[in-house]
Amino acid sequence: MSVTTITVTTQYLTFKLGEEIFALDVAKVREILDFTTVTKVPQTPNYMRGVINLRGSVVPVLDLRLKFGMSATEKTVNTCVIVVDTVLDGEPMVLGVLADSVQEVIDLEPEQIEPAPRIGNRINIDFIQGMGKHNEMFMMILDIDRVFTAEVLAPLQEIVEELTGAAHG
Amino acid sequence: MDNQYADTFKEEASELLAELENSLLELEDSPDDTELIGRVFRALHTIKGSGAMFGFDDIAAFTHQVETAFDQVRNGKLSVSRKMIDLTLAARDQIKTMLGGAAVDAAGTAQLIAGFKELMNGNQEAAPAPQGSMPPSTPSVAASEDDFITYRIRFKPDRNVFANGTNPVALLNELRQLGNCRIVAQMCDVPVLGDIDPECCYIFWDVILTTASGLDAIKDVFIFVEDYCEIRIDPIDGVGNFDDEAYKKLGQILVERGDIDVHDIETVLSTQKRLGEMLVEKGMVGPSQIQSALLEQQHVKEVRQERKQKEEKAQAQEAGASIRVPAEKLDVLVNLVGELVTIQARMTQTAAGREDAELISIAEEVERLTAELRDNALNIRMLPIGITFNKFKRLVRDLSGELGKEIEMATEGAETELDKTVIERLNDPMVHLIRNCIDHGIERPEVRETAGKPRQGTVRLAAVHSGDSVLLTIEDDGAGLDKEAILAKAVEKGMVAPSAELSEQEIYNLIFAAGFSTAAKITSVSGRGVGMDVVKRAIDDLRGSISINCRPGQGTVISVKIPLTMAIIETLLVEIGDDHFLIPLSLVDECIELTRADVAASHGRNMATVRGHLVPYIPLRRKFSIAGTIPDIEQVVITELNGTRVGFVVDNVIGEHQTVIKSLGPAFKHVEDVSGATILGDGSVALILDIPQLVRSVEENCRQ
Repeated sequence: MSVTTITVTTQYLTFKLGEEIFALDVAKVREILDFTTVTKVPQTPNYMRGVINLRGSVVPVLDLRLKFGMSATEKTVNTCVIVVDTVLDGEPMVLGVLADSVQEVIDLEPEQIEPAPRIGNRINIDFIQGMGKHNEMFMMILDIDRVFTAEVLAPLQEIVEELTGAAHG
Repeated sequence: MDNQYADTFKEEASELLAELENSLLELEDSPDDTELIGRVFRALHTIKGSGAMFGFDDIAAFTHQVETAFDQVRNGKLSVSRKMIDLTLAARDQIKTMLGGAAVDAAGTAQLIAGFKELMNGNQEAAPAPQGSMPPSTPSVAASEDDFITYRIRFKPDRNVFANGTNPVALLNELRQLGNCRIVAQMCDVPVLGDIDPECCYIFWDVILTTASGLDAIKDVFIFVEDYCEIRIDPIDGVGNFDDEAYKKLGQILVERGDIDVHDIETVLSTQKRLGEMLVEKGMVGPSQIQSALLEQQHVKEVRQERKQKEEKAQAQEAGASIRVPAEKLDVLVNLVGELVTIQARMTQTAAGREDAELISIAEEVERLTAELRDNALNIRMLPIGITFNKFKRLVRDLSGELGKEIEMATEGAETELDKTVIERLNDPMVHLIRNCIDHGIERPEVRETAGKPRQGTVRLAAVHSGDSVLLTIEDDGAGLDKEAILAKAVEKGMVAPSAELSEQEIYNLIFAAGFSTAAKITSVSGRGVGMDVVKRAIDDLRGSISINCRPGQGTVISVKIPLTMAIIETLLVEIGDDHFLIPLSLVDECIELTRADVAASHGRNMATVRGHLVPYIPLRRKFSIAGTIPDIEQVVITELNGTRVGFVVDNVIGEHQTVIKSLGPAFKHVEDVSGATILGDGSVALILDIPQLVRSVEENCRQ
């Protein structure tokens, strides 16, 4: 899959999952919330943590750590829900993603961004727009629309089938 | 052209077309109802008028043709026939297509117009020829209706008028261009034949003209002849200046005109004959003068009546005080009210924990107001179900014609109100059910006669409120369902075991299963096997239920129960571990306890015994893989759906809950067992269980 080249200076919100630093285009970010109660929806993959109440709207929350193969996000004082605007099947959607802690907002020039290396990365590079370098630190710039696409939802269906299959057995 | 106006026109025209369709269908039953004819005419006229105004010239031109035909009907020159109704309905559809902006079938349009022309021509000879007076011409000058004033004009040219090259008829024609006009020629001055000088004009004219062009325009007509003609122009009727109660008596008119003086009238009035006749008898005025005066009386009466109707209509519109509001605005309102309900629940909860009497009383007050506001907001979205009933009338009419059956449709409870969204989503399943009634239910006229039934079949559609639901019944007096055929088909398709013993109700319910259709012959209407299961699913989605009942040989009754609204429902709040779930209260029958001993006694089968009956149950904790320890005493919420009782095992039943339904959004569209979510008083999210779907999935598992 081709990686969209980044050509203009953009502001990024950085956050941590474990020790790794990730970045998100601020234009995608709506707000940051404390991680409070989340309601699990049955028959969804475990990385779908459930839904929260965002001022009267029901918003799904995604556990990026689980999605990227790490252990589930623990609830600490620093745990946040980053509410982002994304697109699913061409439909705009509001989505919450869990972060262990939110860092800062930084400017990245196009030359500070390199394509993601194809090897040596434990995260599926489809989700990565590029690697940003800031203050001698590398960060993965997330393509949030891709993290949550129908393709990614496919395992969910498998799980549903698994569940029904199990029920048959 | 401004698109906004075009949209407004389209919206308005669609409404008018719907009204037109209704009126036409009603007119078919009572072809002599002048009020209905008037309604049809007005609808057509308005479509034509506003169509031309907003640049829909093709629509205006086409509608004009139809309108012309109905104008003749209105004037009694043409009678309403079935062909006429057919044509007009077809024309209505054509206008609708034109409105949609789709490519217009020019040939079809031409054919329709030809049809109307044929209708009109066929009647031309029968139409009474205008006598004495010229028929009123239609006003060609568009003007504000309020400015119409009726004038009485006496035009008495000089004897030698022809010598000046003036043609009085041309002047009269000019007057007719100005508006609705009636002209009477007065020939009382014409001498006996021997004395006539053919180059002299002995005739004078009385003209009654209703026009918006004003006095000056009339004077302009006579501008070249005013010096040698006697011209009197008097306004006799108009808005505001005149007392509308009763127009002048004949005598008054004549006196005013100077045809007779008051004294003469009084003398004549003392005898008891009709004034006009008497005056003529006494030779005081000629018959043509009487005719002219009578005409004036009639004309003014008509004009006033028309104006009064218009005023009444305008008033009705004003007083009826309906405003057109986009549906989205209402959706926003209902959403806001929903949020308010949520916040209010939270406030009540908080207040209860504070033991502050004042706060509690405020919370109670807010609760009362919120409930009222909620009911009102939801009520705004309510529409009478009659609007869809009318659509179905057309469907029945067209389909029965197509299938060669004679079917009458009766409706009841058209005023029953339902949420707009519900009505919209109900349309397709209802169409399907009615089609089924017509296609499979009602027999052909010959068959019906042999069975000793009236040739004409009846489809009865009724709606009635029952609690927080509306009960719709679709009833036909056809052949009913063939129990054996259904069972045989189900066995053939492997849906039931051949040995299975099913109750009558269970057999009928089989037709709601996917891919089931008993019709041996596939018609354009039904029989493709995508019928009843789709209907059932649509009804389930509306959280409604459907059941079927039938008396063989006498007919079928399909009952559909639909909740009033989709936005806020009453639910039962239950708890499993830390998670909360909601079950629509309308489906809940009862709650029972389930102890460890009960579970042990059932030997692994998920069956509970309730008053001697076995009720299957679904342990939701296991179904949803919720971790945690199972309490010693669980609760079973028993639901009833389409006559089947199924229990749902939960940890705890908390109580009733006013639930504002929130969508889970596209991220969870693959999740089947949950139909939506809501926000509880403490701000957390609870899920609404899709009970019909849960029951279905368990049934499917059992079958496999």
